[in-house]
Order: sequence, then C-alpha cells, then structure tokens
Amino acid sequence: MEKPLTGNFRTDGEAVCLKEYELSGGYQGLRKALLKAPAEVTDSVKQSKLRGRGGAGFLTAMKWSFVPIGKEAPHPKYLVANADEMEPGTFKDRALMERDPHQLIEGMIVAAYAIEADLGYIFLRGEYERCYERLARAIVEAQASNYLGRNILGSGYSFEIHLHASAGRYICGEETALLNALEGKRAHPRTKPPFPQISGLWGKPTIVQNVETLCNVHHIVNHGAGWFRDLSRTEDGGTKLYGVSGKVKRPGLWELPMGTPMREILEDYAGGMRDGLHFRGALPGGASTDFLVEEHLDTPMDYDSVQKAGSRLGTGTMVVLDDQTCPVGMVWNLEHFFAQESCGWCTPCWSGLAWTEKILMAMEQGKGSACDLETLKFQTKFLAPGNTFCAFAPGAVEPLQSALKYFADDFRRHVDEHRCPWRT
Amino acid sequence: MLTTEERRAIEAKLADYPNTQAVSIEAMLLIQRYRGWVSEESLRDLSELLGLSVADLDGVATFYNLIRRKPVGRHVALLCDSVSCWIMGCDRVTDHLCSSLGTTLGGTTADGRFTLLPIVCLGACDHAPAMMIDGKLYEDLDEQRIEEVVAQYE
Repeated sequence: MEKPLTGNFRTDGEAVCLKEYELSGGYQGLRKALLKAPAEVTDSVKQSKLRGRGGAGFLTAMKWSFVPIGKEAPHPKYLVANADEMEPGTFKDRALMERDPHQLIEGMIVAAYAIEADLGYIFLRGEYERCYERLARAIVEAQASNYLGRNILGSGYSFEIHLHASAGRYICGEETALLNALEGKRAHPRTKPPFPQISGLWGKPTIVQNVETLCNVHHIVNHGAGWFRDLSRTEDGGTKLYGVSGKVKRPGLWELPMGTPMREILEDYAGGMRDGLHFRGALPGGASTDFLVEEHLDTPMDYDSVQKAGSRLGTGTMVVLDDQTCPVGMVWNLEHFFAQESCGWCTPCWSGLAWTEKILMAMEQGKGSACDLETLKFQTKFLAPGNTFCAFAPGAVEPLQSALKYFADDFRRHVDEHRCPWRT
Repeated sequence: MLTTEERRAIEAKLADYPNTQAVSIEAMLLIQRYRGWVSEESLRDLSELLGLSVADLDGVATFYNLIRRKPVGRHVALLCDSVSCWIMGCDRVTDHLCSSLGTTLGGTTADGRFTLLPIVCLGACDHAPAMMIDGKLYEDLDEQRIEEVVAQYE
C-alpha cells in the first residue's frame, strides 16, 4: 500500500532532514511544477479530485480557481497554511509537521506557484512548539537550497514562507477569523462575500488551506493525477490520515486509502474495543461531527459516504464512545468546549451554546427536567446553518442533535432518575 | 522596560509582516516567554515600540487564551480537558494533581512552583490523557505518572 504522506517518516520520531527528504524524491514535484505553467498545475490538482482535508471537503482546485491570475491580478497574493489544528480528537497535522516538515513546505511552494502567490504564512497553533522548531529549521534549509526565496531554482518565480505562532482560540481555524488573527486583530469571522480568494489577508487575494491538503499537492504533480486517484478506494482521490482515540485496544493514526470503511479502521488498525467494552458510537471526524453508530460501521470513510450516513468526514480522526462511558457526559464535555470557544461575535452562538452547556451540566448532575430535552432539541434547530454568522455553532450542535437521536434513552434516564446512571 | 533581547526578538518578527499590528500577538507571546505573563508595564512598553495603543493591545490580549494577563508560577502545566482526554479519565488525573499540589485549576501553588491551567485538545488524542508543561508534551497520564512528571520540575 502506497503511503505518500507518511511513508517517509523516521521510526525514531525525529524530523526528516533536507538530505533525507531529497533522497526519497523530495522537491521533485516542485521541479516538475516549475517547468509547467501555473494553470497546468491547477489542472493536475483538478484531475486528481483532491478535496480539502481540514473538515469542509471543498475541491482544492475549485477553491484556487477563484483567485485572480495573470498580469491584471492584484499583488501581493498570499497562501496560508492552516496549521491551527484544534478540533478535539484530531492529531494528524501535528504528525505531518513534526515528522516531515519539508513535505508541507514543498506542498506550499507548489500550491503558491499555481495561484501565483508571493508570500506564504504557516498559521501554527501556539502549543505546537515542537512543530515550530522543526518547521523553522526546515524553512532555513529550504532557503539555503533556493527552494524558497528569489528566483527559485532559476525559474524566475519567487516565494517566501513565514511562520506565525498563534495565541489560541478554536475559532482561528475558521479561515476568515484566521486572517483577522494573522493581521493582529481579535479572531472574529468576516462577512462572506467577499471570499478570501478575492479579498483576504490585508485585502489581497488569499488561499487558506489545511496542512494535510497542502502535503498532497506536490505528490500529485510528481506522480500524476491518475496515480493519485488510484490511491483511493472511492471517487475522492488520494490517501487519508485516519485516527482513532477512545477506549480501543490500539489508539493511533494511519495513512490509508481514502474510503477505507470505518469498521476496518476500528477493528484491523485500532484493534477493536478494549476487553469488556462495547462500541456504542463514534464521532467520525472530530468534535463537530454527528455521531455514527453500529449500523454505520460499514460506511466508507470518504466525504460523500459519511455525509450519506448522516455525518461528516471532518478531519477523519474518530473519537469512539464505549458502553461504559456516559453519552450525556460526553456531549456535555463537547458543548463545554464549544461554549467556551465561541468567539462572542453573534448572539445565537454565544448565548445558545452557553445555555446548551448549562442544561447538559444540570442533567449530568441529576438536576435535569423533561422540558430540558425539548429545549436541547430547540437549540439544535436554533443554531442550525443559516441562523448564525459562521459555521461554528452549526458544527457545535452536530454531536448534540445525533446524540439526542441515538442515545435518547440515556438522556431520558438522566432526567427520570435524577442522576447520571454511570456515576456511582 | 523591555530588555535588549526581547526588543531584538520582536524586531526580528517585524520583517515578516507589512505593519506592526500584525506583530502584536507574537510580540506578546515573546514577552511572555521571558516573563511568564504580560503586565501593564509590558503592554505600555510594547505600545511604544509598535506605535499601537495600550487599549488596542489589551483588546487583542484578552481575546487569546495563550496570552496571560496575570502572573504565573515558575512552571505552567496545561491540562487537556477535551473529549478524548475526558473519555480516558483526565478529570480523575487532574483532580489528583490539584490535590497533590494543593491548588486548583487556574491557581498557582503557594510556593510559586506551578500554575495549573485547562487547555483544549493538544493533538495527542491517541495517547490521552495529555498535558503540556512549559511547552513539553506529556502523554498517557495516570495518577502515578503525573506525579513522576511533575516531580522533575523544581
């Protein structure tokens, strides 16, 4: 099985250095890209059917196609790597950056070349200090070898990358909030349109792209769109980093063909549930995705299949709920996170999520009432897409709405028995 | 007053951005790296250096959870309380640490050795529960292991 993203990882956990990276074919994708016209690079990515790995799953080449290109286009144009991995349950971009930092840098240069960007930023979580050190070192190495800087490898194309350490807050993962944070402002989302591709960082055309997405770009140019599509088991191209956390035998992270079924990941890779525990459900792609349950275990983990099953692929890192963990407690934990991380910009979000969290806390403490269940249902509609300024609150209530559906008895028991049945 | 080292570190970052406002967040993190937190005095010094108002800087500082506007102990432990760590028992481990150090989440020990703060997902979910002390990640924590880890910090 080919593993373009992780196949090069060292077994000792250290970062792949420039020499090792080059020996395994590193920067060949960039060399090939520089011989093509930018439009040809975008076309390869389009043919590859690469979709964004950050959660929304938007077609990458489609995103790029809105950037003004050519002599009339405004400059500077920017490419921003969204390295603000903070979706609870997600631990894939940290691995990519710590273990193979040049892969992100090469992917960024090729993507930047395709949209004719002048400057790149890596917007990195403040807590990811090891990533910061390793990326900073890799950027210096890439500059010294003229993969970055002026007139890259004699091509006439120039591009620089700066590393930005962020100071926290989940909302920074929302691309327009991220741009405000990069500009040194409070990270509230911006009105769309205009979309960042037209008016982004400092009002200039900007692409914001997840780390894992960017890490694929130069592999596509190097090996071809057909090769990339063939890596996958479904319509969407490529491999995917899948993760499993929770009470399974072997929690971990694996690069597998896109569309590998949930059951295969859980059983063959994560080793199934710990002895004595049973599977009750999972958030397939991080905290802001709907629960899937036993009947969905044969769902291929790709964008369309997971959506058909009633959830989202999200980040592709699953959080597993077992039968000895309280689903109401778990949802309380999730909504506590979302209520805390709401940026405070729009009222339905900051007010509705705080309200939701208080109800769940009361329920978990045995103080819930029957009408609370109705209020929770109301909140999931009140905070649905279209009612809030950005996608934060609709994502926040996804696990709640599905928990109310699949674990209704558990919610009712909390209310009827005036206690959490899992607490002794 | 900012030290020469702090000033140099901030000025080196100025080259990465088209204006000083964009540097403000990283500048506060840099000051914090040396002093543990960002005081009123630091804000005033930074305001002079970057040509931004203290109010603007504080408006930004109070938005971001990693910028600390209160003094902290010699070491800062960030204890993850997000969903994977919760499933794996972080509440129990955190309670144990709080009682063994004689403080609470958000508090600092009487001897000024440790400040304990909650943090969102540290991206170590396959090795939950996890925490970070002074930027170093510790994984697979239980009551015994967290005691051993904390004992390494004086």
